[in-house]
Amino acid sequence: MDEIASLLEPQIPGLRRYAWALLRDCEAADDLVQDTLERAISRWNQRRDGDLRAWLFAIQRNLFINGLRRRKARGTHVGEEALNDVPAPGMSPESHAGLHDVLKGLDALPEEQRSILLLVGVEDLSYEQAARVLDIPLGTVMSRLSRARARLREFMEARRSTALRRVK
Amino acid sequence: MTGERPIGEDDLQAYVDERLSPSRLEAVKAYLTDHPATAEQVEREIAHRDALRMRLAFKAQEPIPSRLRIANLVAARRRSPLARPAAYAALAWLAIGGILGTWGGVWWASRQPMQAEAMSVADNAIAAHRIYVGERLHPVEVPADQEAHLVQWLSRRVGKPLTAPNLNAQGYHLIGGRLLPDGGEAAAQFMYEDAGGSRLTLYARSGGNEAQTSFRFEEKGGVSAFSWIDKGLSYVVSAKADRTQLLPIAEAIYKQFEATGDPAKGRL
Repeated sequence: MDEIASLLEPQIPGLRRYAWALLRDCEAADDLVQDTLERAISRWNQRRDGDLRAWLFAIQRNLFINGLRRRKARGTHVGEEALNDVPAPGMSPESHAGLHDVLKGLDALPEEQRSILLLVGVEDLSYEQAARVLDIPLGTVMSRLSRARARLREFMEARRSTALRRVK
Repeated sequence: MTGERPIGEDDLQAYVDERLSPSRLEAVKAYLTDHPATAEQVEREIAHRDALRMRLAFKAQEPIPSRLRIANLVAARRRSPLARPAAYAALAWLAIGGILGTWGGVWWASRQPMQAEAMSVADNAIAAHRIYVGERLHPVEVPADQEAHLVQWLSRRVGKPLTAPNLNAQGYHLIGGRLLPDGGEAAAQFMYEDAGGSRLTLYARSGGNEAQTSFRFEEKGGVSAFSWIDKGLSYVVSAKADRTQLLPIAEAIYKQFEATGDPAKGRL
């Protein structure tokens, strides 16, 4: 028990940050983290001698995605491709300009691009770990990361030029 | 020579992430010097990565909520393996709605007042619990021997079909219920008692635009409460017990409402 706690608890701040970035709601994010930890505890013995961090983020990301799928199955009329186009829930009401804008940019990306930016850029997962979490080959990690960053850049530049035009 | 390999997007990404080997780093730097437009893009990407890190840093610095302590999760798991209804799944679904252009705006507009409302329902429930649980002479208005009448009456007043859950398995039996005012609306309180005379209450009133929420826990002056919204009804179960004792009871109630099918099927 103590061993599990000493291994899992150091990962909680990162898991909470990733969950919050995906859901943008404190309660829901901690629910997601709690489910992740509960699953990790219940499957502790099935854990292969691998990378604990990648394993936990993979569980959490899968729970998040399954949440989307489950609702999709119940709610019908959402195509499979919509899953890749799910923006983050809403724009933060307190966001105006500056740093906050980068979250708006994140929201504009499909989930798979959001996740890779968060896992690599914020959570500092290695490219190999990110490949495991997202269950994609390493080469795909690199191209997806490249696409995600380009798209974020384009979004931010478009916003900036709109803002400038308004000022004139 | 490593410098012979042409520069790829993977090199540029690894440059942004500062993960290049020293020799490769030199090659990428040389490339960027020759390609100022690309260099500018890469600088932007670094700035965006840093901005994202800064913007999200606060979350990882927050103290960990006690419900995420592994010891507490392990203890709760021993008591009850039932999964909570996942609020994040509901949020994710609303996000899909957002892209379809149906729900997104409504969601942000309704979210804040809704949480406040859920909180005030819990506060009212706890207050009512405190007042009536200690009452020895008249703890209930209608006693459990008239259960059918009680449930029918409260359902009519609250405006939604209610059920008094059976908590025999948890060691509690229904002793009755009463009608209460709650912010101008009618609320129902069912009271239960165990063999040792400990009481718990289940409070229900209509409300909540959300179809379903996860459990919210609150503790006030020794009274613990779990509240949730399901099918247009706000529920609060309160008792003088700690979180781990109350959670399996809240789950049992939630599960019974799920199992009895949709009491609110033809609803609204």
